[in-house]
Amino acid sequence: MNKPKKFEIANKVFPVIGFLAAVFGLVMVIFLIYNVVTDGFPRLNLTFLISFPSRKPLEAGILSAWVGTIWIVVTTVMVSFPSGVLAAIYLEEYAKKSWMTELIEINIANLSAVPAIIYGLLGLELFVRILKLGNSVLAGGLTMGLLVLPIIIISSREAIRSIPSTIREASYALGATKWQTIRKQVIPAAMPGILTGAILAISRAIGEAAPLIMIGALTYIAFLPEMPIKTEFPFFSFQGFFDGFTNMPIQIFNWVTRPQRGFSVNAAAAITVLLVIVFIINGIVALLRNRYEKKMRW
Amino acid sequence: MFNKRVVEKLIEVILLLAALLSVFTTVGIVLVLLFQTYEFFAVVRIRDFLFDTQWTPLFAEKHFGIISLFCGTFLTTFISMLIALPIGLIGAIYISEYSNEKTRKILKPSIEILAAVPTVVYGYFALLVITPFLQKIIPNLSGFNAISPGIVMGIMIIPIVLSMSEDSLRSVPISIRESSFALGASKFQTSFKIVLPAALSGVAASFILGISRAIGETMVVAIAAGQQSRFTLNPLIPIETVTAYIVQVSLGDTPTGTLEFKTIFAAGMSLFVVTFFLNILSYYLKKKFRYVYE
Repeated sequence: MNKPKKFEIANKVFPVIGFLAAVFGLVMVIFLIYNVVTDGFPRLNLTFLISFPSRKPLEAGILSAWVGTIWIVVTTVMVSFPSGVLAAIYLEEYAKKSWMTELIEINIANLSAVPAIIYGLLGLELFVRILKLGNSVLAGGLTMGLLVLPIIIISSREAIRSIPSTIREASYALGATKWQTIRKQVIPAAMPGILTGAILAISRAIGEAAPLIMIGALTYIAFLPEMPIKTEFPFFSFQGFFDGFTNMPIQIFNWVTRPQRGFSVNAAAAITVLLVIVFIINGIVALLRNRYEKKMRW
Repeated sequence: MFNKRVVEKLIEVILLLAALLSVFTTVGIVLVLLFQTYEFFAVVRIRDFLFDTQWTPLFAEKHFGIISLFCGTFLTTFISMLIALPIGLIGAIYISEYSNEKTRKILKPSIEILAAVPTVVYGYFALLVITPFLQKIIPNLSGFNAISPGIVMGIMIIPIVLSMSEDSLRSVPISIRESSFALGASKFQTSFKIVLPAALSGVAASFILGISRAIGETMVVAIAAGQQSRFTLNPLIPIETVTAYIVQVSLGDTPTGTLEFKTIFAAGMSLFVVTFFLNILSYYLKKKFRYVYE
């Protein structure tokens, strides 16, 4: 007699507990954002955005941090996007089922879950020391590029897989070669999904600190990498790729770990800026995915 | 003019090379770690590395017992899993079995946003919000401790567990649920005794991935757990995890090439081996699950 009753109670109570569990993380993050924004908001002004870091909390700003973030993101995408998409095309359109494709598959699954700091050790040894790039933007971008590569490959593969084979067959029937079919039909149709992956990779590259600390990104930096576009001949320069850098998460890490109250306020202000950027980017992903899902009813 | 067929073949080779880049990344990681770890073990005995209970490579009297760093990693991981696994799973069951399509469409993406918050932000949360709050409840709690970063990592990992478990639960065929209802089972009974066991390998895969993620998490523990390696399971005092140690050394002025510097590769190697086995296990569980239902 006792047992069914127990289940009856569980039946009534579980939806409430379940709902609370489902929204728990969300509530905590809203609480976190509320805390950070109320702490950091008074510090947010134009001078904060265009000042270099300083030993005095009230004079310190995030100029080198956000400029460094842009440099790292651009380099990361240049490294990982083309190779990631090409790899996805190979795995979906060319690869036959064999031990090698199985190996590549397991390998990508593992790489997507390898701790970021391990990529930092790889970058430190391979790019900083063996290739002698030093603690430069290029070394950081290459390291981050390898780190986000699995994200781009996985989402590009999903996008390519969702294109129905009828599209390909129609193209072949008109006399197109395999590559023409991929380039003119498959890739354009899969583009929203591929871009979603790229944006997720950008979001990751914006927020990551550990691997860049490993390769020796500086925590105090009062200069910017040289601009790639010049006013005099030859109007461009690659010097910036070889300059030192810092980025937003590293700057925040540096400020959080200092004992003075002024710096934790700075950290809160910088986090506010970082979160705004990250949420805008993820909003774009959500919109893209939404449109994509609506459009993709073949 | 190139022959069309030659061009097509050439393109295939280029694409294959791109696909192999991911394999080269793994090979690179393994080679770098192996090479440096080999040099490390030329000086330090493996027995000391595995069984010594102290880790003090940066002190005058050096000990190389990795176990005390793994104590820190185990503590923070264990605490985070106490939060992430039950909440993630219960949330997943709710969204998959109880909520309607409209609620699900709003809830799931908003939960996935949590995964987008950079980890330094969670570190700030642990050190400057959760620790001071817990200190009001537990008076002898140290400013750096394992419990606060553990809790915050738990919150951070909920979306991974929840999202992946929910995918597995949802892909259990509807007919299995209907058979259960037809036999007079309630929704609760069906969810926990029929659907959950049916999706078990997928759920297990999500749990293992969550654990792997917690072991590898770096910034939260580097900010809020402290930098004192200890052979302890006390969550209230400062500890040091494997990942936090690696960050500590690379922020310091340890010269490259020294034995002290090689310790980060030995620590990294242990970390890589542990997470590698967890990741592969998770991969096979997920695959097994797909094989059953797709």
